[in-house]
Amino acid sequence: MTMQVNAALGAGAILLQQNAADWLECFKLAGKALVDSHRVTETYIHEMISAFEELGPYMVIAPGIALAHGRPSAAVIETGLSLITLKEPVAFGSESNDPVRLVIGLAAVDHDSHLDLMAALSQILMDETKVNILLQADKEALVRQTLS
Amino acid sequence: MKIIAVCGMGIGTSVLLKMNAEKVLEALGITAEVQAADISKAKREGHEADIILTTPELVYQLEGMPGKIIPISHVFDLIEIREKLSAALG
Repeated sequence: MTMQVNAALGAGAILLQQNAADWLECFKLAGKALVDSHRVTETYIHEMISAFEELGPYMVIAPGIALAHGRPSAAVIETGLSLITLKEPVAFGSESNDPVRLVIGLAAVDHDSHLDLMAALSQILMDETKVNILLQADKEALVRQTLS
Repeated sequence: MKIIAVCGMGIGTSVLLKMNAEKVLEALGITAEVQAADISKAKREGHEADIILTTPELVYQLEGMPGKIIPISHVFDLIEIREKLSAALG
């Protein structure tokens, strides 16, 4: 089941030990990784940023983990993920879950077809040991192995 | 019992909340229909929901809806979800 997470992360979708000063830089990284892996067009990055500006830090869904995403839209080519780890944690303004160390970019073509992927992602992010390996990793191969 | 899981876009947090709430409800032996929705869909179609699950930051967007609003801070924390749902179901 968790094979799906690796499949959703295309070539270029994983960026490890990145430097980012604030949530905006994190969103740009997560968005760029989705663009580079051909899941979205540039427009989606702006949609992700507007979504955060509109609704704020609710996207920090668990301690240290942000799910950066917009709505299903014409800018989404194919459902997919990006995965960014941060060298230094970044405060997003989340009362209970700051600071962020792992940013997952998400693009979905509609509201339903990514549900199995979300279940697989949830299973990984619930596993503290796996999350810690992801946070420490500096090689994509280790990340892919941890996700499979 | 109707439960609606709500987030800003209806594809991320609400889906995770729905999945984890379903796990908790199954473990508690409670039969409930859980639906994921974004804020506007929740406001449009969520008036029959007995319980509204969301994140603390979005509570203000949903105030005034008839269902009981339960904020969940950590969407992967099944213990938090179980405790808050159990308390709400009394």
